[in-house]
Amino acid sequence: MSPKTLYDKIWDAHVVHEDTDGTCLLYIDRHLVHEVTSPQAFEGLRMAGRKVRAPEKTIAVPDHNVPTTAGRENPDNMTEDSRIQVAALDKNAKEFGIHYYPVTDVRQGIVHIVGPEQGWTLPGMTVVCGDSHTATHGAFGALAHGIGTSEVEHVLATQTLIQKKSKNMKVEITGKLLPGVTAKDIVLRIIAETGTAGGTGYVIEYCGEAIRDLSMEGRMTICNMAIEGGARAGLIAPDETTFEYVKGRPHAPKGAQWEAALNWWKTLYSDDDAHFDKVLTIEGESIEPTVTWGTSPEDALPISALVPAPEDFKGGKVDAVRRSLDYMGLTPGQKLSDIEVDTVFIGSCTNGRIEDLRAAAAVLKGKKVKDGMRAMVVPGSGLVRAQAEEEGLADIFKEAGFEWRLAGCSMCLAMNPDQLAENERCASTSNRNFEGRQGYKGRTHLVSPAMAAAAAITGKLTDVREMM
Amino acid sequence: MDKFEKLTGIAAPLPLVNIDTDMIIPKQFLKTIKRSGLGVNLFDEMRYDRQGNEIEDFVLNKPQYRETEILVAGDNFGCGSSREHAPWALKDFGIKAVISTSFADIFFNNCFKNGILPIVLPQEAVDTLMKDAEKGSNARMVVDLEEQTVTTSDGESFSFEVDPFKKHCLLNGLDDIGLSLEKVSSIDSYEEKASQARPWV
Ligand code: SF4
Repeated sequence: MSPKTLYDKIWDAHVVHEDTDGTCLLYIDRHLVHEVTSPQAFEGLRMAGRKVRAPEKTIAVPDHNVPTTAGRENPDNMTEDSRIQVAALDKNAKEFGIHYYPVTDVRQGIVHIVGPEQGWTLPGMTVVCGDSHTATHGAFGALAHGIGTSEVEHVLATQTLIQKKSKNMKVEITGKLLPGVTAKDIVLRIIAETGTAGGTGYVIEYCGEAIRDLSMEGRMTICNMAIEGGARAGLIAPDETTFEYVKGRPHAPKGAQWEAALNWWKTLYSDDDAHFDKVLTIEGESIEPTVTWGTSPEDALPISALVPAPEDFKGGKVDAVRRSLDYMGLTPGQKLSDIEVDTVFIGSCTNGRIEDLRAAAAVLKGKKVKDGMRAMVVPGSGLVRAQAEEEGLADIFKEAGFEWRLAGCSMCLAMNPDQLAENERCASTSNRNFEGRQGYKGRTHLVSPAMAAAAAITGKLTDVREMM
Repeated sequence: MDKFEKLTGIAAPLPLVNIDTDMIIPKQFLKTIKRSGLGVNLFDEMRYDRQGNEIEDFVLNKPQYRETEILVAGDNFGCGSSREHAPWALKDFGIKAVISTSFADIFFNNCFKNGILPIVLPQEAVDTLMKDAEKGSNARMVVDLEEQTVTTSDGESFSFEVDPFKKHCLLNGLDDIGLSLEKVSSIDSYEEKASQARPWV
């Protein structure tokens, strides 16, 4: 048998039908659903008189535009349009009989945090969701795609997706990380090197010692941003760390099935001589705490660097950089560590898990956020929130002057009232620094949770290593 | 899905390059739960002022273009987010075909899923069609999918390429779901095999 990559193996296990031109019908093991991209899909089903083919494999949770403030279970405390979308999800979940975690359920949270937390996401699965950050689930060695609304409807009706196979890319991070360097810094560095289109047409497998050393939380942070590098999906081969995380989760297999699953999962790795169409290798020791300065995730540099000039770039990027520096209100040559911020956001499906909150709290312990700073923590799920309260992290945040919110997407995309005002500048643990992403004319710097905490204390982008 | 065969209609010129999905339908309109009804907000920020009054100069606000069914646009139409609200808004307005030198990938695919035909033609052809579109409602452009041609009101004709499978689906009004459901026995037998091989799924 010819050697296969991890991607090849998962793909092959899910092909239902292949056309002569290579178009495949791929079976979907888990379909995650949220309130913004699903209402039209359910409406389509209803109009065609169709049912959800596999309701037991379909999981819904409202997250994108739910308020993160107390009292949100009362619909009067939502904006009208959010109320309508959440009510539609309530109704669709009930009518079509799919698993559902409403805002009143402690398990509610960001769809990409809830899936793994509840054991819905397992190694070797295919996972889809009407959301580009579905790539997150690749951390388990699951093939996870973001899809459009017509495809959501297609999966609801058929439990399959029409796909052509992507190419294989390998990103290897060798050796150890330096102290103060986290998964977020790794992935920002990768995107800075590949560019936002570098992964287009590929599924990326992340490997190497520095990746193996990461916790599941860290691995999810890496795969979450695979899409920011243009890739259709990101993957990390499952290992003991993965099995340890999965074991005992509510929807993970138990007993004899656990043993059977484990046997298969242990075969899920790229064979030694498997072919990759593209390879990138980065030395772990060369990665520093990293921040973004522009309006694209590829605009990332070590915190010790200076704001670049448009002339440092080539082609169409010259104008793009000029425009983004203008938008960001930055001057070439300025030290990144001199940039003052007025808002700090810790949360999102990139960095809203327990380990992220621990990392931020470790920096904040016994300190205060700078006067006038607006700082908020939005845990990724109700369970993350509860655990953080139990561990005393919530008290550290509150004593430091952070707002302690309920779970949701919040200021990651600013569809609910959590938004930046014009020209406000935010150190954010989310994944997109696009123009207007966190609010009209808002300015976003992507950072790790520890770096966000450091910025909250000093009021500017700060090398967290100076505080350790 | 509606069948797309031959379309004879008014074409509007929109010579801007890089019209992104945010321009086609801004993010505040993503909070709808319907596919329909987005037509009034198509090109919202170009079409209305801050008070919600129509901007007279914008092409679709001109009396002769209110019944537009074909858009002739600049390069790289539909770039940006993957929101399917963009083709929904075009369709709801009544636009059934868009002609440009190039389209963003996801938008291009989303069009076919919604019965809209995106047509790629070389620059010179688009220039000629743009001029023809400027004639307004007196001129009717013809898009013939079966023949794969676009014809100006003066009878000048251009051939375009289209993926045979996508053409077949549009001509017959077939949606992906309907087609995949034809393979339901393959899905059934896959499920049966998979449930034995991986019962925990
Ligand atoms: S947290 Fe942000 S990136 Fe993640 S699902 Fe929500 S909106 Fe999307």
